[in-house]
Amino acid sequence: MIFSAATGISGRVVDNVFLYIVTICIILLALITFLMVYFVVRYRREKHPTPVDIEGSTWLEITWTVIPTLIVLSMFYYGLTGFEFLKKVPPGAMTVKVIARQWSWLFQYENGIQDPELRVPVGMPIKLLLTSQDVIHGFYIPAFRIKQDVVPGMTNYLWFQPTQLGTFDVMCSQYCGLEHSHMLTKIVVLPEEEFTKWYQGKKKEVAAKAPPPGLQLYQVKGCVACHSTDGSPRVGPTFKGLLGKKEEVTTGGKKETAVVDEAFIREFISEPNVVHIEGYPPIMPKISMTNEELTALVDYIKSLR
Amino acid sequence: MTSTGAMESIRPRISFYEDHGKYRGILSWILTLDHKRIGLLYFIFVMAFFFSGVVLGFFMRLQMLAPGTIMKPQTYNSLFTLHGIIMIFLVVIPAIPTIFGNFFLPIQIGARDVAFPRINLLSWWLYITGAIIVVISVFTGGGPPDTGWTFYAPYSLRTTVNVPLAVFGVFILGMSSILTGINLVTTTHRLRAPGMTWNRLPLFVWAIYSTSWVQILVTPVIGITLILIIMERFFGVGVFDPAKGGDPILYQHMFWIYSHPATYIMILPAMGVISDVVPVFARKRIFGYMAIAISGVAIAAVGSLVWGHHMFVSGQSDFADILFSLLTFLVAIPSAIKVFNWVATLYKGSIVIEPPLLFCLAFIFLFSIGGLTGLIQGALAPNMHLHDTYWIPGHFHYIIFGGMGFGLFAAFHYWFPKMFGRMYNRKMAMRAWAVMLVGFNIFYFSMLLLGWEGMPRRYYDYLPQFRSLHLTATFGSWILIAGLILMFANLFRGLFKGEKAEDNPWGGATLEWQIPSPPPTENFEKIPGIRHGPHDFKELENNG
Ligand code: HEC
Ligand SMILES: [Cu+2]
Repeated sequence: MIFSAATGISGRVVDNVFLYIVTICIILLALITFLMVYFVVRYRREKHPTPVDIEGSTWLEITWTVIPTLIVLSMFYYGLTGFEFLKKVPPGAMTVKVIARQWSWLFQYENGIQDPELRVPVGMPIKLLLTSQDVIHGFYIPAFRIKQDVVPGMTNYLWFQPTQLGTFDVMCSQYCGLEHSHMLTKIVVLPEEEFTKWYQGKKKEVAAKAPPPGLQLYQVKGCVACHSTDGSPRVGPTFKGLLGKKEEVTTGGKKETAVVDEAFIREFISEPNVVHIEGYPPIMPKISMTNEELTALVDYIKSLR
Repeated sequence: MTSTGAMESIRPRISFYEDHGKYRGILSWILTLDHKRIGLLYFIFVMAFFFSGVVLGFFMRLQMLAPGTIMKPQTYNSLFTLHGIIMIFLVVIPAIPTIFGNFFLPIQIGARDVAFPRINLLSWWLYITGAIIVVISVFTGGGPPDTGWTFYAPYSLRTTVNVPLAVFGVFILGMSSILTGINLVTTTHRLRAPGMTWNRLPLFVWAIYSTSWVQILVTPVIGITLILIIMERFFGVGVFDPAKGGDPILYQHMFWIYSHPATYIMILPAMGVISDVVPVFARKRIFGYMAIAISGVAIAAVGSLVWGHHMFVSGQSDFADILFSLLTFLVAIPSAIKVFNWVATLYKGSIVIEPPLLFCLAFIFLFSIGGLTGLIQGALAPNMHLHDTYWIPGHFHYIIFGGMGFGLFAAFHYWFPKMFGRMYNRKMAMRAWAVMLVGFNIFYFSMLLLGWEGMPRRYYDYLPQFRSLHLTATFGSWILIAGLILMFANLFRGLFKGEKAEDNPWGGATLEWQIPSPPPTENFEKIPGIRHGPHDFKELENNG
């Protein structure tokens, strides 16, 4: 099938308005094109050698001003009613905080769970609070037909109500730099019980207060967007075999060769703009974290041989 | 609409090509004060940039054939940025006003030159300076800009590549645009020949006149905005960066306050071309002269108030969204009026099918699709889905390329014999037209569909579900480019090998067709007296 189906109530609302306007547009386009081609054929020189000079017609001008005005006002109105629905969050919606950063998404639930994918129970209205840590991103769920920019310094929102189980693509819609095209994730719509089980289970992990393992930090802090753990190339150097690697670096304009040790990794993560690694763009962001988290991350990186 | 027998006395005078003025060789061009020579200078450079823009576009489409294998992500991000900057600021905004406005506006109103010939030359030099700076930014510093032609903050403040220089180049281009606008407005006001009243002006002049006002009024805003970007990057002034207490939404407002009206700067002159060319080949006056003239001014005025529709999902207030959506629908009406009047002009005409007319018909068809898709995305609910997807580039290529581009090609084919004194191969021009029309629709209609499917723009890679449409689009782009090559090769051949053109091959009634091809320096020996409107073919036939 060439056309992907819409899902959720928002999908139906947008599709209805779209269909209404598209239908009118197709009729108008057909009319204009037909008349144009018909006139050119009917009144071509061979058939119609003497033109009739017509200056215009006030009556016609008024007609084709008033009727299009009414048509576009109806389109505006229809679009507006859909918009009001899309903007009004119903009471009792579940709130999830969305954190956007170059080039990954993170979802924070009310009970403290964090996850790079959004899991939601079917039928429940979800309100997303959108925040960005760096530049402008766009939170876009094509299947639900909705998007909203994620702007640093302000909290935008978006809401939707899944009506159907399944997994749906989420994409970044506002250009945000090098890996914009891969700033993707998924929305997983689960049955109510399954969601509750996951939600509670995750919560226990958080409640256990164990310092989160390095792998989880690697995802939650967004390192995953730029560093691989299996040697595959991404924007930044891979973490696999990083410890003990010899590399060309520049510090304050001076080139030298350095061997990566634990202290080097620690310092690089805390102050990424002092030293630069040859062959990579100097774009590693400074990511805030506690000392324990830093240690866990460094241990994790060290473990990747 | 010419006066009495001025024609014979003009004949023996030499054309502006032979009259090189004070200087010789290249200097007789780059230091010329002649509006026709300056028009041709723009012609050469605008075309050169158009070709580079097309090449960049070609490679972008190639990348979509097999993402990841053809070029690196950073390369692709620079490509779409440069494609946008070059096409918008170096080609589409200046093209018709600087080439054809310079060349034909003075002739069409019966003047010997523009009001300020020296400023006219200065504008061209500023254009070249700005263009050179943009080109330098590609090859120096941290590499070509990768922000998109919109330079959105805060990304444009943080990226390590050569943004400030590119932005400065665009700033200089803006100055050139303002000066050209002032020049053409003044020319229209002060230098009309006796009897050339406002309701006898060719509609092309009306269009350039409205456009020039928009250029003068809104270009300073982009100038300020770009300077603020530079200040922010070099001196850390925090106007747009939220990390310094600035507001990125403010940047978007300031950018679009200029850049939306800029789309009307692009399309209005092309509409002027259509309004002048269609009647010539229908052999009757334009239907609703005043309606077309006034709707042009209305587009310029209301079009300056709709910029917020670029920001429907930015987080501006709901009230702003609603207001801008309403205004967006209203600005569609004058455009619709123009389309209806053009079609009505064909009614009961005596239509001769020639390349310029075909390009006009393509314009009407493609521009209608562009306008109608604009209605779809201008409605608030569908916009939530379509914003920032391929739908948007699809839509604006229908407007800018299908509209302005085909209007420009209509102008090429219409005025070519006048400008160069030679005629191209008309059959070949029609073939090229057909190929382009087919390629264009395969290409950009696929983009509309991709957008509806949810493909975000500015992606160097895509999910598997988008593959077939991307392939179709790329395929269409090849046909379109083949048509372009055919068209330009044909024109180029005509330039050197074409048969000599008559003074008035199309039987046009406006003043430029009453003087020799190519025109002599200063156009008219004796300023003509005007007694008729621009499409009075009866008068012409009686005289001839
Ligand atoms: C936006 C992309 C991005 C993100 C997110 C990111 N990095 Fe980086 N990282 C880079 C780049 C690019 C470099 C090379 C930087 C340079 O040369 O200046 C780098 C370099 C490094 C290095 C030094 C590698 C070497 O070869 O010596 C370490 C260690 C590192 N990052 C750790 C992290 C950790 C831990 C995180 C998550 C908390 C993280 N990075 C998040 C892009 C990123
Ligand atoms: Cu993003």
